[in-house]
Amino acid sequence: MPLARLIPCLDVAHGRVVKGVSFVGLRDVGDPVELAKYYSDGGADELIFLDIAATPEQGATMTSVVARVADVLEIPFTVGGGVRSVDDASRIIEAGADRVSINSAALRDPALITAIAHRYGSQAVVVAIDAGEGVVHTHGGRVATTTSTVPWAVEAAERGAGEIMLTSIRCDGQRQGYDLVLTAAVRSAVSVPVIASGGAGCAAHVAEALRVADAALVASIVHENPAGLPGLRREIEALGIHLRPWRAEQ
Amino acid sequence: MSEVVVVDYGAGNTRSVRAALGHVGRSSVVSSDPATIEEADFVVLPGVGSARSAMEHLNRTGAAQALRARFAGGGATLGICLGLQIATETTDEDNGVLGLGLIPGYAHRINGGRVPRLGWAVVEPWGEAYYFAHSYAVESVDVVATADGIIAAVQRGSFLGVQFHPEKSGDAGLTFLEQCLSPV
Repeated sequence: MPLARLIPCLDVAHGRVVKGVSFVGLRDVGDPVELAKYYSDGGADELIFLDIAATPEQGATMTSVVARVADVLEIPFTVGGGVRSVDDASRIIEAGADRVSINSAALRDPALITAIAHRYGSQAVVVAIDAGEGVVHTHGGRVATTTSTVPWAVEAAERGAGEIMLTSIRCDGQRQGYDLVLTAAVRSAVSVPVIASGGAGCAAHVAEALRVADAALVASIVHENPAGLPGLRREIEALGIHLRPWRAEQ
Repeated sequence: MSEVVVVDYGAGNTRSVRAALGHVGRSSVVSSDPATIEEADFVVLPGVGSARSAMEHLNRTGAAQALRARFAGGGATLGICLGLQIATETTDEDNGVLGLGLIPGYAHRINGGRVPRLGWAVVEPWGEAYYFAHSYAVESVDVVATADGIIAAVQRGSFLGVQFHPEKSGDAGLTFLEQCLSPV
């Protein structure tokens, strides 16, 4: 099995990184390209960009961000938010992203998962699920649907999703740890890898998540202190999790 | 130093490969022109998309024959991921597809573990971690490196194929590309 992955997630709106990145060492903390490169140099295994203000008119802005990121980044990255069609996915992937993440668009039109997987392979399709109270939510977690979480994860994988990114609405932003029970339930129901998301407050939380998931998404824990990423990796490894061998540049 | 030719088979993302080549100081062109491919000092056969559409594109453009000809003539070629899988004789993907036949062997769906196989793994005997993202893997007598029991690299004559993505494998990947390119 591949090594556990630590994946910083950057929220992007109108081509700028938003939400909680505070760091004096960067020239421009709002520049997704500069921050991506910084996290890559700090030992991120992969990155995720979520376009949180995605509208059809914003598509071109995100595509140009993706292209600029692809030109400087030598680790894989996923782009989500605003992917509603195969054409949207093509635009993002052909600009240089490795994978696209789809959320409510996949719920509305599950055939979209298969269509993107058919064109680019399952490894290029992440289905993101915002889960709470046993059901899938949309609109950034604000609207509950009647779709049950675990069966939806199973269906998404059967339709061609190459990975499930599971966010617990209850845990997200609380910094009290990931929802390990839900993550384990989803992971045992599917045969594709699972990214745990929501709730990291310290290295121990991430290490716990990586015992039940293939990867862990981190946001505020790294955005509050981007320079602390190598240290976070070391702490997670000290807790017995095998991340990829990586050395900070001298 | 001559330009590296990145083979276009109509499936998108050659940008990352070209960016990585740029980081190790090599300019590149994307082409499916048979003469360009056959005569290049170094060719990269990248890995995105499906085996069937890749082979159809290579056959239709004549790039498949050019790749065989340059292989026969000793021209250096690096296959990445799908570019390794389609260099074998056959792949099980898309209900079976004939490959380029540069190397003996075949590609089959991975059984065991999570599929797709996503993430970093240490490649032995090289001792470095590289990034993998694949649902099919090759079997070949020409194996030169493995990771978690899966073939990570195959070499025959002037063809080197890797299952991982050097262009997505950080500094280790760039060092690998630099070494591949150093003779040309």
